[in-house]
Amino acid sequence: MRLTPEQVQKVAELARLQLSLDERERYAEQLSAVLGYFNMLNSLDTVNVSPTSHALMLKNVLREDQVRPSLSQQQVMSLAPELSGELVAIPRTFEG
Amino acid sequence: MYETAIGMEVHLELCTRSKVFCGCSTNYGGAPNSQACPVCLGLPGSLPVLNKRAVEFAIKASLALNCEVAPETKFDRKNYFYPDLVKGYQISQYDKPIGRNGYIEFEVEGVTRRVGIRRVHLEEDTGKSFHDVAAERTYLDFNRSGVPLIEIVTEPDIRSSAEAKSYLEALREIMEYIEVSDCRIEEGSMRCEANISIRPTGSSDYGILNEIKNIGSLRGVQRALEYEIKRQTELVSSGGIVLRQTRRWNESELKTEVMRTKEEAHDYRYFPEPDLVQLVIDNSWLNKCRSEIPELPRARRERYVRELGITPYDAEELVADRALAQYFEGVARLGTEPKLAANWLLSDLRRELNQASLAIEQVKLREAGFSELMVLVSSGAIGSKTAKDILGELVHSGVSPAAYVKEKGLAQLSDTSEIEKFVEQAIADSPKIVADYRVGKERALTALVGVVMKLSRGKAKPELVNDLLTQKLNKGRL
Ligand SMILES: [Zn+2]
Repeated sequence: MRLTPEQVQKVAELARLQLSLDERERYAEQLSAVLGYFNMLNSLDTVNVSPTSHALMLKNVLREDQVRPSLSQQQVMSLAPELSGELVAIPRTFEG
Repeated sequence: MYETAIGMEVHLELCTRSKVFCGCSTNYGGAPNSQACPVCLGLPGSLPVLNKRAVEFAIKASLALNCEVAPETKFDRKNYFYPDLVKGYQISQYDKPIGRNGYIEFEVEGVTRRVGIRRVHLEEDTGKSFHDVAAERTYLDFNRSGVPLIEIVTEPDIRSSAEAKSYLEALREIMEYIEVSDCRIEEGSMRCEANISIRPTGSSDYGILNEIKNIGSLRGVQRALEYEIKRQTELVSSGGIVLRQTRRWNESELKTEVMRTKEEAHDYRYFPEPDLVQLVIDNSWLNKCRSEIPELPRARRERYVRELGITPYDAEELVADRALAQYFEGVARLGTEPKLAANWLLSDLRRELNQASLAIEQVKLREAGFSELMVLVSSGAIGSKTAKDILGELVHSGVSPAAYVKEKGLAQLSDTSEIEKFVEQAIADSPKIVADYRVGKERALTALVGVVMKLSRGKAKPELVNDLLTQKLNKGRL
């Protein structure tokens, strides 16, 4: 299966990425190669294999509902590129 | 003619102590960005671990809504980009929600309505964003990021804005009863969205769905839906077409406005969350959760009316407050006549609680003491006026009502000769009222009863006072 540059553009929009025309072409090529591997998988006969969502045989890994220390406010804030008082600041998004 | 089909999506924050995939506190009121860690900030290398209690709360919510609980389930990534969603995806459940195919029943104007529950799933909350238009900035607080949420989706079975409101009230009541969420709509722990469409009456096809978000109160839900029903009906009857839109409710202008075009489900590119393993809910776990669900409000109200002879109105009032209902049951179990107990709890005790800003749990007068007080009243040992007067004291001190009455000498006087003395004195002291009585003013008798009660410091038995006064006054007349 071959991806078109238009399909790449749609995925890029969903990911909020800006791609040039040249990049759309290039990524269409590269992503098509990735999809090619899935075609290889599709050629296997899986009639007798039940669907699974995980490769691990583990189940029910749970924790008790106990509060543990968070990072300090200072540590959290130090990760942000811009601050406003105790809040992280970013360029304004379109609406609330 | 058109009919309306409304489906509701409600998000409830679960009242666990810690977040759903990390140990950060879920408390309200902390300093911004002080309840966050590598997991809920989506830092590289961190891994989520599922909170057991959050799962149990979702199971209980599903059971209370008559859902089938999935024996095997999993989590999925819902990918979208919004700054309050730090990871770039929300951990949610897509094709295997914890609960599905349930229903809820509630009354609307005396008629029982049943609304289908399509699904109940567990997911994580996002951070909170504030937009500053002037500064061209959005500010973020990540304290809520990763707090457990359940999303409850109904079938489009709701037919009016009033029904939508009743649904939300019924849902809130149940969730509060099973103690999985405090359901405070104004504070954001309960959030409502509605999908609404209109169609010609009798048609089996649904019209185009509009989604309404940003509804911040129960009244807002009703108003937003009323507005939207009217807007769509007018549009369609004038030959227009309803577009598929997400609209927001503008509370100050009382209208809905377009928000953005609805993203199709596949745009979220859901896929199984690789960082969490599968979740198996076996029968023993399910039964444990089931055993922890108390009798639900609707069943409880019906039982109060049917078995305890309480009026539907009083049953409603008692059940609305789970702790009060619990107290009431304790009092009734000790043998107090349920109707008497309900009257006293809902009027006098509740007034004392309100005045002192106390919750029923904090009251020192517990079920046994209250029951004792009821015995004193119903046996005539003390007058109901006396009981009302001492209730405040009892609520705060927790002393035994019988002991208190004895110590303060408050037992009701039912000795005719003693009451007679007060009656004679009252007649002698109040010539004007007596004169009024003699010219036929019936209300004068009530006033005289009041004088006697005052003289006896509330202890005289009012019925006896009434009889004796009538006798004396009429004897004088002969
Ligand atoms: Zn955390």
